[in-house]
Amino acid sequence: MFPSRIWREMPQRYRLEASTCKKCGKIFYPPRLICDKCGYRKFEKINLPEEGKLKTFTVIRTPASQFSDEAPYAIGIIRFSNGLQMMGQIVDCDLEKLKIGQAMRLEFRRVQTHDTHGVLSYAHKFVPKWY
Amino acid sequence: MVGIVGYGAQIPRHRIKVEEIAKVWGADAPSYKKGLMLSEKSVPTPDVDTITLSVAAARNALKRALINPKDIGAVYVGSESHPYAVKPSGTTVAEAIGCVPDCHCADFEFACKAGSEAMFVGLGLVKSGFCKYVLAIGGDTSQGAPGDALEYSAAAGAAAFIMGKKDVIAECTHTYSFMTDTPDFWRREHEFYPQHAGRFTGEPAYFRTVKGAAAGILKKAGMTPKDFDYVIFHQPNGKFPQRVGKMLGFTKKQIEPGWLAPRLGNTYSGASPIGLTSTLDISKPGDKILMISYGSGAGSDAFVWKVTDRIKEARDLAVRTSTLLDKNITYVDYGTYAKYRHKILKNK
Repeated sequence: MFPSRIWREMPQRYRLEASTCKKCGKIFYPPRLICDKCGYRKFEKINLPEEGKLKTFTVIRTPASQFSDEAPYAIGIIRFSNGLQMMGQIVDCDLEKLKIGQAMRLEFRRVQTHDTHGVLSYAHKFVPKWY
Repeated sequence: MVGIVGYGAQIPRHRIKVEEIAKVWGADAPSYKKGLMLSEKSVPTPDVDTITLSVAAARNALKRALINPKDIGAVYVGSESHPYAVKPSGTTVAEAIGCVPDCHCADFEFACKAGSEAMFVGLGLVKSGFCKYVLAIGGDTSQGAPGDALEYSAAAGAAAFIMGKKDVIAECTHTYSFMTDTPDFWRREHEFYPQHAGRFTGEPAYFRTVKGAAAGILKKAGMTPKDFDYVIFHQPNGKFPQRVGKMLGFTKKQIEPGWLAPRLGNTYSGASPIGLTSTLDISKPGDKILMISYGSGAGSDAFVWKVTDRIKEARDLAVRTSTLLDKNITYVDYGTYAKYRHKILKNK
């Protein structure tokens, strides 16, 4: 990922910043300029919760080359209490024990390292809630 | 009153046992376990580094501090495993917790003392009025060369402390530092693994420095070991802190809450700071805690903390260190550990 893109997406990737339409209340992650439900252009910044529930998942066994060291790994969609859904990697888990409906916590992790010389990119991954 | 207004730790969930490492190198596991007083150590996964550990620890500290991150005036990360050779860890941590752009950031290095260095500077900035709050972090994903004695102990973890003047959990009543040029452990530029001077790391380095710091702070504070409820020493293994504690006249009861190396390993810059978090977790208002770090090269920072009433409401606002240390553990074999720690050379 090019450094400028990493930098541009930091509010969402690092701090889970989303936006709520001030007219209809629809939440967008990442934020948008115009609400696709009501067309309104004013939004309030919010931070997504740190926890959600696993809606669905799949196990990747043949990954893209930059993730080959991590295979097999799970990718899932979690649903937050505010209804928003997010896709991400599930880590620190036993793949055989993952269950739909399981509580998940978001943790800040490395996403890509770009070999040994590129800029490191960070974001949140899902970890089964255990405390 | 200047001190800690929020604290938090982070420890990776994976562990490797001494037996598993010894098996690969044909070493005698019982001898290592007895010699180091250590049975296992934490292992970071490839997506965990000093920055991610620092962010998690800082978020736990914020949960206990109950402050707006925007009020943090400085973020200092002490580590000897900063992910970049050139680019700060502190800015990523500051960005992730939301205290940019009105803050000062710096990365500290001083072998295993980098975390307490950040705490020392943070306390000074708050005391002088330069900053309302300072976030000071000690964390590492330390490396030990394959087959070296260090490989049995080099572990990963971080602790974060928010220093401030209002709603303090533990007041810092005294500090003292003891520094000399003692080359017991080092890593030259472009080298992957550190080197150490074997037995020279003991008496002339660790023990002389920690004892010097203890003598200095006890004199400065006008206190004796009996005046403290708890003491935390740097813990490169399980044995050194117990031995130096006994030399100084501390009891096992005073040492044990912050003595994590037997199950955690040596988290380098995180070692005595994580020990302080686990001690705060079980302390009572009025308790007095002595913390003495140690960094090769060499130096020790010593702090006297006095726990306040606020510990009662703050300690369970975030996960306790004992939970991170003892629960949800996954043991890995040496092959997995070697892959996670980038010890296997692959074709480019």
